[in-house]
Parts: sequence; C-alpha cells; structure tokens
Amino acid sequence: MALRITVNGEERTVDADPDMPLLWALRDHLQLTGTKFGCGIAACGACTVHMDGFPVRACSIAVGDAEGAEITTIEGLDSPAAKAVQSAWQDLDVVQCGYCQSGQIMSAVSLLEETPQPSDEDIDVAMSGNVCRCATYVRIRAAIHEAAKRMEG
Amino acid sequence: MLAKRASAAPLDRRSFLIASASAGAGLVIGFQILPKFAYGAAPGAGPIKVDPNAFVRIAPDGTVTVLCKHIEFGQGTHTGLATLAAEELEADWEQVRTEHAPANAALYNNLHWGPVQGTGGSSAIANSYDQMRYAGALAKAMLVAAAAEQWNVPAGEIAVAKGQLSHAGSGQSASFGELAELAAQQTPPSEVTLKDPKDHILIGKHAPRVDSKSKTTGQATYTIDVMRPGMLTALIARPPIFGATVASFDATEALQMNGVEEVVAVPQGVAVVARDFWSASKGRELLSIEWDESTGETRSSDQIMAEYRTLADQPGLVARQDGDSDAALASAAQVLEADFEFPFLAHAPMEPVNAVAEITQDGCEIWTGSQIPTVDQGAAAQILGIAPEKVTVHTLYAGGSFGRRATPDSDMVAEAVSVAKAIEGRAPVRVLWTREDDVQGGRYRPMYFHRMRAGLDEDGKLVAWQHRIVGQSILKGTPFEGMLVQNGVDLTSVEGANNLPYAIPNALVDLHTTDVGVPVLWWRAVGSTHTAHSVEIFIDELAEAAGRDPVDFRRELLAEHPRHLGVMELAAEKAGWGEPLPAGRARGIAVHESFASFVAQVVEVSLDGGTPKIERVVCAVDCGRPINPDQIKAQMEGGIGYGLGAILHDEITLDGGRVAQSNFHDYVPLRIEEMPKVEVHIVPSEAAPTGVGEPGTPPIGPAVANALYQLTGERIRSLPLSKHELRGA
Ligand code: FES
Ligand code: FES
Repeated sequence: MALRITVNGEERTVDADPDMPLLWALRDHLQLTGTKFGCGIAACGACTVHMDGFPVRACSIAVGDAEGAEITTIEGLDSPAAKAVQSAWQDLDVVQCGYCQSGQIMSAVSLLEETPQPSDEDIDVAMSGNVCRCATYVRIRAAIHEAAKRMEG
Repeated sequence: MLAKRASAAPLDRRSFLIASASAGAGLVIGFQILPKFAYGAAPGAGPIKVDPNAFVRIAPDGTVTVLCKHIEFGQGTHTGLATLAAEELEADWEQVRTEHAPANAALYNNLHWGPVQGTGGSSAIANSYDQMRYAGALAKAMLVAAAAEQWNVPAGEIAVAKGQLSHAGSGQSASFGELAELAAQQTPPSEVTLKDPKDHILIGKHAPRVDSKSKTTGQATYTIDVMRPGMLTALIARPPIFGATVASFDATEALQMNGVEEVVAVPQGVAVVARDFWSASKGRELLSIEWDESTGETRSSDQIMAEYRTLADQPGLVARQDGDSDAALASAAQVLEADFEFPFLAHAPMEPVNAVAEITQDGCEIWTGSQIPTVDQGAAAQILGIAPEKVTVHTLYAGGSFGRRATPDSDMVAEAVSVAKAIEGRAPVRVLWTREDDVQGGRYRPMYFHRMRAGLDEDGKLVAWQHRIVGQSILKGTPFEGMLVQNGVDLTSVEGANNLPYAIPNALVDLHTTDVGVPVLWWRAVGSTHTAHSVEIFIDELAEAAGRDPVDFRRELLAEHPRHLGVMELAAEKAGWGEPLPAGRARGIAVHESFASFVAQVVEVSLDGGTPKIERVVCAVDCGRPINPDQIKAQMEGGIGYGLGAILHDEITLDGGRVAQSNFHDYVPLRIEEMPKVEVHIVPSEAAPTGVGEPGTPPIGPAVANALYQLTGERIRSLPLSKHELRGA
C-alpha cells in the first residue's frame, strides 16, 4: 500500500503495510540508515527521530500513523541547536562505536530546543531513554552543556 | 616493492559505502622490508612484517589512508593505528583517513596471535605499535626519495612536516599528494630509524577521533546499513533451548505474508527470507516449528549453580601452586572463607549482530563487523566448499561488540552464508538479529562459582590463599584451544586469579571445568570479569580481619609489583583516600591487571532508598606509553559504565533451559542517570604500550562492593546487586 510521509522536508512514498514501524520504512524503504535499530520496543532510543518537532521512537510508531506528520531524521538535522550539538559532540569526541549516537543527538537537540540551559537533572530526564552500551554518558552530559554554551554565545 | 593499482580499494563500494573524500585512483605506497630490530613486547615474535601495499595509501589529492587490520567497534583503534603511522609519516592529522583492511592472514595477522587476523585481548595497539610506526616511516622515506629525485638534492637535506616536504637550500617544497606518484616508483630503503619519543607530535598528544564526524551525522556505515542490489533480509527462528534441533516445520502461513519470499532450513534453525526486515519478522512469527529438545540443555540456572557449589567441595585442576596452602591454612590464626556467584551475562552490543553474504560467480563476499576476519573467511569458504581466497570479507564499523563479534565458529557469518546457499545464491542476503535474538541467543559470559579461603597469622599477615573456580570453558572446542588451554586449564577461566599479584607464601588456584549446553564466549575483560571481583572483595575482607586499612594492606602485599602499586597510590591520592566523606557516603577500592594494563579505581557510593548510587569514580591506569590520552580516558569511562551496568542489574537466567530475559526491559542497560562522575589519571610511562579496551571494566564491581560494605556492613557475594536489598548500617 502506498503511504505518503514527509521526511526531512520532502514528501516520500513508501509501499508498505501501514503497520510497518516508521523505523523500517525509513531504513529499508527510504535508505535513511542513520536512524538505528536497537530494541524494537521503545527501550533504547537508537531509533529516535523528530515527529512534528518532538522526539519519538520510530520503532514504535506505525508508518501509517506518521502520514501527514513532519519527520526529521539525523540526515535532515539543520537547526542552530543541531549544529551546536553536533559540533560539541565532535569536539569532545563523545562517540565510541557510534551506533546509539544518532538517537542521542536527536534527543539532545530536542532537549536544547525546549530547555536552552539544561541542568544535569534536565539532561538525565531527557536522555534517560537513550541507551549507550559503550557508556559514553560522561561525555554526552558534557557535550550537552557545551552545546548550550555555544548556542548562547 | 611498490605497486600501483588502478583501483586502490579492494572493495566494490558502489552502492553502499559513503563515497570517499579522495577522488580518483589512489597510489599505494608499500614496502617489502623487514626492518631489523628486536621486538621486546611480545616474547617469541620475529621481526615485524611491513608488507607491500598493506598499510598506507597516499592519494594525489593528499589524502593519507591508513589501512587498519583491526576492527573499530568503539575502542578508538582506528584513531590509534592512524596516530602511529601518521606520527612517523609526518602527515597532517587533517589529511588522515582510515579504512578497514581486507581479510588476509599473511598481511594483517595479529602479531601477538600468530597466523590469525583478529582483534581481541586489548592487543590492537600493543601488537601494532612498531608495525604501524614502521609503515609510516617507510612511507615517509619513499616520499623523501621522490623529492630528492625531483629536486636533485640530497635526501638528507629534505625536511618533512605536516604533510609537506621542503628543501631549505633550494627553496623547493611539495605536498604528499604531489609526490605520491613518484614516491611509488622509489626503491624502498632497507632500514629506517624511528623518531625519538621526545619528538612525538601525535603520540601522547591529542589526536581527535577519525570517526567522530561520520558517527555524529548518521553517515557511518555499519553492517545493518549495507544495501546490495536485490538484497533480501532473513530472520532465523532458533531453538528455544540450547542444543535443540528442528524436527519439522510448516511454513504455509509464513509464506502467505506479504514480502516473504522463501522459508528455508539452515543448520542454525529455520530462516524466513523476505524483502525487508518487517516482512521477515512477521513471517517468522507465523512459522510453526516442531523442535526436538531431546539433546537440549534443560537445566535451570539455580540447578546449575547448585551443582557448581557441590563440585567446589572437591579439588580441581591446579592452575597455580605456591608452597603448601593446606598446611598454612591449618596452622593459621584466622581463616576466612567466602563463596562468590556470577551469572551468565549477555554482551548486548547496541547493534544486534548481523552479517551480509553475497555468493558471486567466483566466490563470495561478506560484509560484517568482523573481529576475526580470517576465521570468518575460512568459515564461509568451508560452507560453500571453496578456497578461503575466494571469500572477500569487508569489515565494517560495528555498533559495539564487547567480545560478541569474536566468535571462533563465526556464527553470524555462517548463518548469512548458509541462508545465501539455501536460496542457491540467487540474491545477497543479510541476516539480522533482533534484540530478543541477541539476549536469548547464548554466547554468554559463563556462570561461575568461586570458593575462596585464606589464612592470617597472629600478626595479621596473609599466609595462605586458596581460590577455586567452577565454570564452563570458553575455549574448549575452538581453534584457540591449543594456544590457551594448558593441562586442561582454560587460561581464560583463571586469568586474574592465577596471576594474583599479592605476596602470599602459600597459594593455590584450581579449576573445575563444567559441561553445560549453553554456548559461552569472552565478554569484555573475559576471566577478569569474575576473578578480579572475588579477589578484590576478599582482600578487603582480609584487610578488615587483620585490622588494616584496605590500601595499607594492599600496599604491603604489592611491594614487588610497582605498576599495581603505582595505579593504586595514584587513584587513592586523587580520590582523597582516608579523608572524611559526607554522611551517607563511603569509599571502596580495587586494583587489577588485565591484558598487561594496570587499573585501580576508587569509588564513592551512597544509597538512594535501597538502591546503590555510584557518585564518583577515580580511576588510575598504567598502559605503558600512552598513545592517545583522551581515548585512554574514554575507554576507562566506557569500561566503567559497561561493568557497572552488569554488576548493578544484569543476569541471564535459565528456566528449564529457556532464557528468562529477552530485551532491554529485563536485561537492563546502564542509563545516563546511573553514570557516575569519572576522573581518569594516566600514569606516565615509557614501557611498551598495552591496551585499554577491556582493563577499565574489572575493578569497578569489587570497588563498588567494597564501598557498599563500608556503608551497609553487608558483604554481597553474588551478582547482580539488584538481587539484594541494601540498607544503610
Ligand atoms: S529501537 Fe526504538 S527504542 Fe530501541
Ligand atoms: S557509542 Fe556505542 S552504544 Fe553509544
């Protein structure tokens, strides 16, 4: 069945069952592979994308339910907060294996768009759903503070 | 010998890899030289091989590509290997790129392992330290020779810095890229001299990671991202208990699912082959399979542990014996005894394991995050009945591994090739695992039971030590058995116990290797994940029985081990050991050597209700000459977090042989709010560099347990901590 979704500002057609998770529509049908699969049950955050500006777990949203919504993936990030987050992430060498980091960055960008100067507690709450098995958490926290500083300056 | 290749990359990267920044054909600068020098770090190793075309490629646009024989799965190896080559090459760090080398045991073997290409045992930097520096130095010599020829000046007068060559006398200068082609035609020198470490500009300094940009923009390619034309996706239904087999299956319903193309039997189970993940996953749910469980493992974890406990009453195979520990225990003034229990642990790398196989006209191509590429190559060849050279292995970034991708029987590759073969090679196949497949799929850190006994004399001196270990062998039945199982003792079961550094005149370490039908595997830091735990907790108990401070007690026993002592003193000092803490907080320490690196950690804990909260970790590490201090810190941070998640929450349990956990809701990973502050201090050293991927993990568990004891008065001797209710004393 042909479904129409808007991804990174472009209208795209996906020929899939409406119950296919958005994650797999993005990955297998639109070749947007920056969004990762980690658990499939909304427990790890690797698949985090923005839907109408809010962070959601793409593994747990049916692509049929994403019709009409604006989806942004890591490939389409472009806001000032996104630039601050990505540059802070790079300068602090946050990544290890990197597999969780698209999701981490999507969550961090949402946090900073909502809360430009987050406390450690704000960070814990916003980022708790994003697992990093490499445990890069010390640097994730530092990079979010750094990005907040860069957005201010 | 120098070679020029039309296509520098041995891979067909048309459709799935991000186009490289370097355009056009690259020139391969290679060497066929065996520089003469003694290799001190690895006993028995011959001269280092630096073979043609193997390690450094310089493109006309100036891009320097370092081919890495080790997989990058987070530990920073590619950055480290490139640092070594770039240091001697005098490349500008900005022009350096990395690529995974193809599978080739002759060119890319791990020099600590023999004729196998592989990454493990935190050996990547240690075994490559000389090799990659020579590769860089030889490449530089070729560029210098080219400049000397072109400018007609003596080679000795040419300076090289930051990717530029220059000659002061004539005012000539050129970039690496400009000279690459001419360099490729030079006769390589028979000897090169490496830099004096005091002149290092990258080693020991800050070199940013080579993969930060691609991994923060969604551009890095992992196996799960590989797209081949016409590729199909397979999910495999595997036995519900380990060792069961398929009796029969009915695929009628599965085949009716939209997108499902074929259902095939493979040695690992039943594979549903579909056009995408979602169809395969729905199709797999519709399979009806009759399993033959008669050969399966049906015991529960509790039952297995009870059997281990009984076994521990009997002496095992001796792994270490000093003096007469029985006699010393009999005459000791005080005898302490403690039992420790360790559960099975899953690795749960963030990227569930996977592999892509494509059978071609003259062989097979594999894409996977391969930790032992030449073993994977052999496994694929065997399944297809072709020569290993016909199998090309494209190693990709892996989303973590922690040992999971180093399977001696090449499980993921074998699956992908088996499915490709079962569908007669008509399409490339990727086999994906779900998280449930991963958590329930075995290859666990084995369960272990430890029994410790020790004796103190009237003066509180430690005079006797007995450490008995009961558990499965990781190496039995693998190609590594000959290398690492000695007199029936699997060294990976006892490492960290048999090399006990504490000075005790009478010591015995023995082992019972058990027979359990659960596939097991090395898990970040392998034997030290359990041995460090019991040893370091028990030493604390003994310190208390002797009326001594834990650091003081260890200091005396470690007098002959300066590197253990060095990290312990550094961690203790930086953590303010002995200084008062706010109410409700306590400290604990542990020190451990693994893979020839030394790590001590001091933790501060508190209790939040009944839940331990790890507030701060001060870590000291001695890994020889530090190559990339920031990445050493990153690996300590990561190793601490990984170990912490396991000791706080994790166990895989069997219920009648069935794995009780299935995903991150019940195999609970560490989350950001549980991550302590971590401070890492690196001991300055000129010793040969050793690894950091694993050694950060072992001390965290016992350091936490020792701190919790100070807080609660309770010794916790079985993991995970979440099984225990903790109350402040
Ligand atoms: S894959 Fe969606 S939250 Fe884990
Ligand atoms: S960087 Fe590896 S899982 Fe986060």
